[in-house]
Amino acid sequence: MMNRLGIFKKTLSSLSLFLLSTVFMSGCGTQGAQRPQTAGKKIVVWHWMTDREEAFQELAKRYEAKTGIKVVFELYAPSDAYSQKVRAAAQARALPDIFGLLGEKRDFAAFIKAGHVANLTGAMEEQGGAWKNLLYEKALAVNEFRTDNPYGVEAGIYGVPIDVMNIQMVYNKKLFQKAGLDPARPPKDWAEFVADCQKLKEAGTQGLVSGWGEIWMIDCLASNFAFNIMGPDKVFATIRGEVPYTDPDWVKVFSLFKEMADRGMLASGIVTMVNKTAEQNFANERSAFAFNGSWCVNVYHGMNPSLDYGVMLPPKVNLKNPMYIWGGAGSSLLVNDRSAVKEEAVTFLKWLTATEQQAYLSETTRNLPSNRKVSGSIPEILADFSKGMDNVTHPNIWPVNELPKVIERFDKGIQSIIIGEKTPEGLAEELAKLKAEEMAKQK
Amino acid sequence: MIAEKIKQFYNLMHNATPKQKVIGTVLFLAALETFFLLFHDSAVFWVLAYGSVTLALLFLVLANLIKKSLSAFFFVVPALLIFSIFYIYPFFKVLQLSHHAWDGISPKMTFVGLSNFFEIMKDRIWWVSMGNAGYITLIALTFQNALALALALACDRQIRAKNFYRVIFFIPPVLSEVVVGLIWRWIYDGDYGFLNYTLGLLGLQHLAHNWLSDPNTALTCVAIIHSWKGFGWGFMILLAGLQTIPKELYEAAKVDGANVWQSFKNVTIPLMIPVFVLVMILTILGSMQAFVLILSMTGGGPGYHTEVPVTRILASMQGSSMFGYACAQGLTFGVILMMVSFAQMGISRKLKQA
Repeated sequence: MMNRLGIFKKTLSSLSLFLLSTVFMSGCGTQGAQRPQTAGKKIVVWHWMTDREEAFQELAKRYEAKTGIKVVFELYAPSDAYSQKVRAAAQARALPDIFGLLGEKRDFAAFIKAGHVANLTGAMEEQGGAWKNLLYEKALAVNEFRTDNPYGVEAGIYGVPIDVMNIQMVYNKKLFQKAGLDPARPPKDWAEFVADCQKLKEAGTQGLVSGWGEIWMIDCLASNFAFNIMGPDKVFATIRGEVPYTDPDWVKVFSLFKEMADRGMLASGIVTMVNKTAEQNFANERSAFAFNGSWCVNVYHGMNPSLDYGVMLPPKVNLKNPMYIWGGAGSSLLVNDRSAVKEEAVTFLKWLTATEQQAYLSETTRNLPSNRKVSGSIPEILADFSKGMDNVTHPNIWPVNELPKVIERFDKGIQSIIIGEKTPEGLAEELAKLKAEEMAKQK
Repeated sequence: MIAEKIKQFYNLMHNATPKQKVIGTVLFLAALETFFLLFHDSAVFWVLAYGSVTLALLFLVLANLIKKSLSAFFFVVPALLIFSIFYIYPFFKVLQLSHHAWDGISPKMTFVGLSNFFEIMKDRIWWVSMGNAGYITLIALTFQNALALALALACDRQIRAKNFYRVIFFIPPVLSEVVVGLIWRWIYDGDYGFLNYTLGLLGLQHLAHNWLSDPNTALTCVAIIHSWKGFGWGFMILLAGLQTIPKELYEAAKVDGANVWQSFKNVTIPLMIPVFVLVMILTILGSMQAFVLILSMTGGGPGYHTEVPVTRILASMQGSSMFGYACAQGLTFGVILMMVSFAQMGISRKLKQA
């Protein structure tokens, strides 16, 4: 009898508990109305951005609190290791829901053609293009494939920029003052740059530092000069094989590096220096100029918070042409087209690039936001960097791209010019020959 | 000539045991299929070639163990499967990729036959990198191994705190290559480096310069650090070898009036030849494949002065997205290393006979 009563009591209390929790759950109804559909879902994001890890984790927490969807940011650094991981995952069809991609436009195209990247054009164009209009056009352009692109990719936008960047020069105001130069007046053209470097050298300061051990940074400055000297059309004509590298304008580009080396305007050991070392060099006030991207604001702040420096465009060689700089999307995130939570991933990216989240990211990570409505909270030096956005270009938005072997020989050749091993004319001839050989192979 | 060879092969097969006949036939088929694959892209051939080698291995193990016990065979199967999946399959996959043009991502690969290998023959930078690796190996074979032998000989004697020295000498090999590279990059720094500072203190300022950015010194600097990092392995192996030589032989030599040099020349060297060969092969394989240290010190620069085959393979794979070409480079490099190792073994065999 007692046993039966015990069972009855247990059943009754379980039923009461169930009813109570049902009533309690339904009481929370309105705020969690969307939860039943999304709760329990998980979005995995892969990235390599070590400086943003804490901010990403914080944003993931906020998003989970808002939607019930768990966002897991998985960090894999350094970028080389990350790049290999993404490739291996793509080959094994094991990419996460959202991922960043490092590489050139042809790599991006290969991922799209293999079906790894979702076309976001539809989502971008919804509600009269509300999402698209929120983001900087030049940042979107890097993720866009236009009709008749050389890669045969269906036209569309395939990535979402989470910040924008550009690569310019920075100069140390204190070292300028020490050398008797006006810190409010950085050099505007090549002649002024050479003269300022000479004065700085006399004051015992090294001129320009940059991570030219990473050859893409040489490529970047060389193409800035090339665009300024001969204009974009002639650069593209060279890439198409219509203008040889032996053209006097190209020789002039290479000669600038020889001049910098001959006049002692470059930091010692620049040809094998990685950018991290170059950043330390500039932050420790060993060099007066640095060629670096807008991400350096956060890096320099970490290395030397009291560093007093300004931003300037690389010096013009041809005063008639504008000075183009590399820039656009800093880091972009792509949605895996095979993801089981593709729609949720797109919604998350919309949220991540919304004004509030972008302002938070910009403030905490000192990067330029990709959302054009964010303002006010950007540090002054970053605002100076943002002024260069009008002059931005990037190989990923060019109509043609140079062949990989030619790019490598171009950059390594400039290293050889700096160490006095090659002449500008010699490199031009070598490149012209290699270009002809590589183009013959393409046919 | 060919008929004679076929006859020789027939006789060889005729006199072979049944086990040898089966293995020989399977391996011959695998070789034949692999040969076909060099000129024609066929999934069937790839599977057959891979399957044949796995079968040959399986049969070899089976034939050896089945007589003893079947259960023993099943103990070996997991290891065999692991070997087959993680060694034989990747080899055939790399062989397959080396005959294709592929960007590493696209589902489509284009069969290009042997053209990747012909391209390697014409790739000047590849052979420059081979030369650089050869130079690093030469420094390692001489400087590194001489240092290792000298220290091993010193520690083989009855000296005080010899265990402490053994630990000290083995510290460089256990350090991370990236850390070693970064520390030595600072030591070699042109402006604030310890080496230039020390040269200044010694009154040798005229020798101070940026060691890693100078094409005349960059490769030698890298080779020296590679040797410094690697001598501990040679030291340990050589010391172990020295300790196996019976002390009585030295005593007998001493009684016969041999001095230290004569003991070394007539007792130590002949008995140490197998150990020297092992150390030399390990040094060659390790030095030719030097990579992390170079990436962290120079990144292959300035220009191509410190490029080595592995950095070139990485450049083809990641920098240029030429996976097929990178695989062909990997295979070519592997074959060269095998040839060097076999040559080394042949020479050592002759030395032992002498």
